[in-house]
Amino acid sequence: MSGLSISRRGLLYGASALGASAALTACGAKTGSGTSSDAGAKADTSGSTVKVGLLNSLSGTMAISEVTVHNSLLLAVKEINASGGVLGKKLKPISQDGASDWPTFAEKAEALIKDDKVVATFGCWTSASRKAVKPVFERYKSLLFYPVQYEGLEESPYIFYIGATTNQQIVPALDYLKKQGLTRLYLVGSDYVFPRTANKIIKAYAEAKGMKVVGEDYAPLGSTEFSTIVNKVKGAGADAVFNTLNGDSNVAFFKEYKSAGLTAKSLPVLSVSIAEEEVKSIGTQYLEGQLTAWNYYETTPGAANKKFVAAYQAAYGKDKPTSDPMEAAYISLYLWKEMVEKAGSFDVAKVKAASDGITFDAPEGTVTVDGASQHVYKTARIGKVGSDGLIEEVWNSGKPIKPDPYLKGYSWASALS
Amino acid sequence: MTVVLNQSFTGISIGAVLLLIALGLTLTFGQMGVINMAHGEFIMAGAYTTYVLQKSISSAGLSLLVALPLAFLVAGAMGALLEWLLIRRLYTRPLDTLLVTWGVSLMLQQLARDVFGAPNVQTAAPDLLTGNISAGGVTFANNRLFILGLALLCVLGLTLVLRFTPLGRRIRAVVQNRDLAEVSGIATGRVDRVTFFIGSGLAGVAGVALTLVGPIGPTMGTNYIVDAFLVVVVGGIGQLRGAVITAFALGVLQSVLEYSTTVSVAKVGVLVAIVAFLQWRPQGLYTLRTRSLA
Repeated sequence: MSGLSISRRGLLYGASALGASAALTACGAKTGSGTSSDAGAKADTSGSTVKVGLLNSLSGTMAISEVTVHNSLLLAVKEINASGGVLGKKLKPISQDGASDWPTFAEKAEALIKDDKVVATFGCWTSASRKAVKPVFERYKSLLFYPVQYEGLEESPYIFYIGATTNQQIVPALDYLKKQGLTRLYLVGSDYVFPRTANKIIKAYAEAKGMKVVGEDYAPLGSTEFSTIVNKVKGAGADAVFNTLNGDSNVAFFKEYKSAGLTAKSLPVLSVSIAEEEVKSIGTQYLEGQLTAWNYYETTPGAANKKFVAAYQAAYGKDKPTSDPMEAAYISLYLWKEMVEKAGSFDVAKVKAASDGITFDAPEGTVTVDGASQHVYKTARIGKVGSDGLIEEVWNSGKPIKPDPYLKGYSWASALS
Repeated sequence: MTVVLNQSFTGISIGAVLLLIALGLTLTFGQMGVINMAHGEFIMAGAYTTYVLQKSISSAGLSLLVALPLAFLVAGAMGALLEWLLIRRLYTRPLDTLLVTWGVSLMLQQLARDVFGAPNVQTAAPDLLTGNISAGGVTFANNRLFILGLALLCVLGLTLVLRFTPLGRRIRAVVQNRDLAEVSGIATGRVDRVTFFIGSGLAGVAGVALTLVGPIGPTMGTNYIVDAFLVVVVGGIGQLRGAVITAFALGVLQSVLEYSTTVSVAKVGVLVAIVAFLQWRPQGLYTLRTRSLA
C-alpha cells in the first residue's frame, strides 16, 4: 500500500515543478531577446535572392485562420518571383511557426531578423502577437507587414497595417447596425487586447449615438465552454450580438448558439473575425444568415479578384475559399514590392519614405497607402453568410475610407486615445 | 425564474462534461494512485476517432454511435499499452510517473499534429443533436442532454462493474490492500492493466462527447486535464460517488459565478472555493477507510 499511496503534497510539488519550469523557459526567452545587441541584424541583400520572413501560427488555436494567410503569402511570393522578383532579386520565403503563443512570436521574429537577415517580415494575426513582436521590429529597425483588421490606437514606425483599422471596419459596422434599428448590443469577445479595445470603442460609440450595450463577456482564447455566456445573451434583451471572438472558440460559441435555439433571424450576430475559411470549418449550418464586417469577400466583383481566387484555388484546391486577411496578406507583398521599386532600394528608411501614395489594383478594389499612418485606404463591406458558405455583400461604404487609427476625426472617440 | 432554471441546466451540463472527463481518472488516479498526465491525450484520441470515423461513415448519427465503443477500445488500448510499457515499472515512484506521463502526453500531442495536421478540425453533429427541447421556457440543448445521459450511463456501468462483477471485486481488493490481495491469489499486475484499460477507455468516450460541443485539436486534452484532477481530488481519491457529486457541484458553481460575474472571475472563484474546501477537508469529500497500516 505504501508504494501506491500518493500524497497530495507530492502531487502539488510535482505540478508546481512543471509550472516553474514552464515559467523559466518563458523568462529565458525574454531575457535572451532583451540583452541581445542590434549588431548583425542588417538585412542581407548581397546575393541574387533576398529572404522574406513569413511569421504565422501554423499550430495551436489560431492555426485555423493563420495557415490560410501563410498559404496566401506563399502564393504572392511565387507570383512575384515568376514575374522577375523585386529589383531583379528573387524572394526566398522563410517560414516560422508562431504556434499561437505570444512569446514564441517574439522569439521567432528575432530569429528571422538576426539569423535569417530577412529584408521584411509578413504575418501575425492576433493583436497580442503583434504587440509581442512590435518591440523586436522597432529595436532592429526592420519592417513588419500586418495583414489583419485590428483595434487601432497604434502607429509603429516599423509596422505597415494592411488590414482595416477601426474606422474602416468596426465603426461602419456599428453605423450599419444602427441603420437597421438594431440598437441594443451584447458584446462577446476573446479575452485579450483586440476585443477589449474594440469593445471600448463600441461603448463610446453607443453612448454618443443613442445605442445601448446590454451586456459584455469575455472568454479566454481557446475556450470551448459557452453555455453560460449564450444563456446570458439570451436573457439580456439584445437586438444583436457584436462578436469579437477569435480562433476556434467561434466553433463552440456558434454550436452553443444554435443549440440554445437562437438564429440569425431571432438575434443576429455580427462578427469581425469570421471570414470564408472560418465559415467553412465552423459549419455553414451554424452561421447561415449571420453578418460579418470586412473589406473583402470571395464574392467581391472585379477582374483582380477573379484572378486572385483562380490563382489561389489552382494552388491549394478547388474547394478552398479566399478571405479578407488572406487578401490583405497577398497584397501586402505586392505593396512592399511597389515601395521597394519606387525607393530603388531594400533599405528600410528609403522604403518607408517611398510608401506614401503607393497604389495597387487589389482584389478588394484599388488600395492606396497612407504614408503618414502606414495604414491603407480601404472600402468597408458588410456581408451575410449564404447557404453555400460564401459571404454576400449587403452594404459597402462606396469609396475607400481614409485610415484613422486614433479616431481623431470622430468627436465621440475623443476620450479613447 | 426561467433564467434560474436555464442556468441550472447549464450548470448540470457543465458538470456532466466534468464528470465524463474525470470518470476515467477516478479509476487510474483515484483507485490506482497513478498521476497520468497523458489522460487528456486519451480524451483527444477519442475525439480524433470520431473525426476519422465521420470521414469514412458519412452518416453523422451512425458514426457517433460507432465512435463510442471504438473510442473506448482505442483509448483503452493506448492506456493499457502505456501501463504495460512504462507505468508498471514506476509504481513505487509516483513523481517519476508524473514526469514520464507528461512526456508521453507531449509526444502524443506531436503525433496528433503530424498525423492530423496542426489546425483544429470539427465534426458535424447529427441533426437530432443540434436542436433543443423547450419546456416551460427552459431550453434543453439536445447535445447537452446526450452528454448528460452518456455521463450517467458511464457512471452506472462503472458502478455495476465495480460492485457486482468478479473483476470489480478484484479491483476493489487491490485498491484496499494490495499485499493481502496478492497473497490471496489475485494477479495484481493483470488487475492493474485492466483497470487502466477501463479508465483510459472512459477518457476516449469523453472525447467523443466533447466533439459535440467544441473543436478537436492536438492540445484539447490539456484544456481538460486540470479540471479532471480537481474533480477527483475534491471528490476524495478513489471514490466514485465523490466524483459525481463534485463534478455537478463544480459545474453549478462555475455557471452561477460566470452568470453573475465574468468567465475569468468565475474560474478564480471556483479555484478559491476548492482551496478553501481542501483546507477544511484535505482528504476530499469521501475517504476510503481501510485497516491498512500504511
